[in-house]
Amino acid sequence: MSTPVMELSGISKRFGAVQALNEVDLQVASGEVVALLGDNGAGKSTLVKAIAGVSPADSGTVTWDGRPVTISKPGDAQRLGIATIYQDLALCDNLDIVANLFLGAERTVLGTLDELEMERRARALLDSLSVQLPSLRVPVASLSGGQRQIVAIARSLLGDPRVVMLDEPTAALGVAQTAQVLDLIERLRDQGLGVLLISHNMADVRAVADRAAVLRLGRNAGDFPVQETSYEEIVAAITGAADNPVTRRTGHVSVSGTEEA
Amino acid sequence: MTENSRASATAPAPEGASPGRSRAHRPDFAHLWDRYGILGVLVLMIALMAVLAPNFLTLDNAFNIARATSINAILAAGMTLVILTRGIDLSVGSNVAVSGIVAVLLWTGGMPAAVCVLGGILVGALFGLLNGALVAYLALPAFIVTLGGLTYLRGTAYLLTDGQPLVADDLGYQLMGNGFFAGVPVPVVLMLLVCLVLWFVLRHTRFGTEVYAIGGNPEAARLAGIKVRWTLVRVYLIGGACAGLAGVIFSARVMSGQPTAGETYELDAIAAVVLGGTSLMGGVGTVQRTLIGAMIIGVLSNGLLLMNVPFFYQLIIKGAVIVLAVAIDSLKNWKRS
Repeated sequence: MSTPVMELSGISKRFGAVQALNEVDLQVASGEVVALLGDNGAGKSTLVKAIAGVSPADSGTVTWDGRPVTISKPGDAQRLGIATIYQDLALCDNLDIVANLFLGAERTVLGTLDELEMERRARALLDSLSVQLPSLRVPVASLSGGQRQIVAIARSLLGDPRVVMLDEPTAALGVAQTAQVLDLIERLRDQGLGVLLISHNMADVRAVADRAAVLRLGRNAGDFPVQETSYEEIVAAITGAADNPVTRRTGHVSVSGTEEA
Repeated sequence: MTENSRASATAPAPEGASPGRSRAHRPDFAHLWDRYGILGVLVLMIALMAVLAPNFLTLDNAFNIARATSINAILAAGMTLVILTRGIDLSVGSNVAVSGIVAVLLWTGGMPAAVCVLGGILVGALFGLLNGALVAYLALPAFIVTLGGLTYLRGTAYLLTDGQPLVADDLGYQLMGNGFFAGVPVPVVLMLLVCLVLWFVLRHTRFGTEVYAIGGNPEAARLAGIKVRWTLVRVYLIGGACAGLAGVIFSARVMSGQPTAGETYELDAIAAVVLGGTSLMGGVGTVQRTLIGAMIIGVLSNGLLLMNVPFFYQLIIKGAVIVLAVAIDSLKNWKRS
């Protein structure tokens, strides 16, 4: 495995009496899809928000390209090259695809919108992702859930990120639409991006993820190579059924590799 | 309704959008209605009036209609931006009175005509700015803020004139109301100019996109880095400036500052916006359609007048037409979804 772009170690976060994250470690390398798994309340969303700078961690270190950085606000994460796509997609239904892609970052010539340039760049971007959309000039409201998700992901790519975090990207999608989004995730990996995929759906994880990092009760509960690990092992880590001395050890000893459960 | 949005107003997608996959590109009746329905209503109404009302179809009467419509259309054009952001501006009618009075006061105070005109517009813009600041930065409901504006601006108009019309027979800028430019009444030229400028702003500037984005999804707009509050302030400022211009035109037409000027004009403006198909929920609508909405109201009023329909009935018919037009529009959307 190549050296990680983003490496978190010892991330902790407390909300009052609740220790939401406790010494969590996580690595994401270029060209790698890491699934972040865990039951409700395991700390997945808290970790994502800490990485995105929305709700910074109390302690712990973040290393980016091998050098330590601090992420204390969303702008910090964006500047580093971390893009976050939240579950509620934050698209404007009344605007067309091009306008949504460039929202807040419109290209202008002499103060007026450069529609041709934006449309050209939008098409180039979507082509590079092999995304098929009926027309770039239809309002986003007329797209399917999967297409909307694709537009949201594509928009995050305009900032040339190196790590993309996706929060439950397929939660509200049908089978075919899920497949479209998973295809896109694979293409992001092929383009050398690191992808952190938060998901409840084991089928999705098995389909696209290279590694599965499991959180349980705010702690690391295992880090598995997806291809070599059985479904049952991962579920056991999520639910805590594998709560035995061996997994407990791997939980707090930082191990990036694998171990037999 | 989505097809009304700014989005589809652009050139058709040059790439081969596979037919049948996009609802928006099927030239079906619903789509045609979305695009041209309101224009059809206007044409139909003109045809109807041409048959029913004597002397309706003359050039003079066409100018009459356009001139009578101009103030409402200018107010409605500004109101379109406000409503696109999910807002409302009830203060524009009273603003017409105040800014017209200020323009006349400047004239009687010895100012050159140009200063009077600009002063009136500026006063209107300033009250728009105040509305916008209260709505955007204190997060007060636009309805309440501008309802207050409606009341205190009317009070201000009475205060400035001591409740009496402020007559100025030698008003230096009366061309603004009664003049002609290349054979066309000046208010009509100004109306077209305002609509053209606001169309361009909405369609071709970053600010325009921000207006639509805020109307569509304010949270998404904020997350995309749009300065939502500042955009809102500018929107209300434009609405106020339109009211200021309308006030100047009004005062020029009657050559006086009237404290009662513009009463209920805000409602006519909202009616024109809604007739034009702009959604009160924000994000959907255009200035050119608002202009058509204002023309429909103008043609209807003029036709009923020429037919000698009693005033009470005129009001009833106008109200019914507005409700009917909006009902048809929402029925169509309801059927489609």
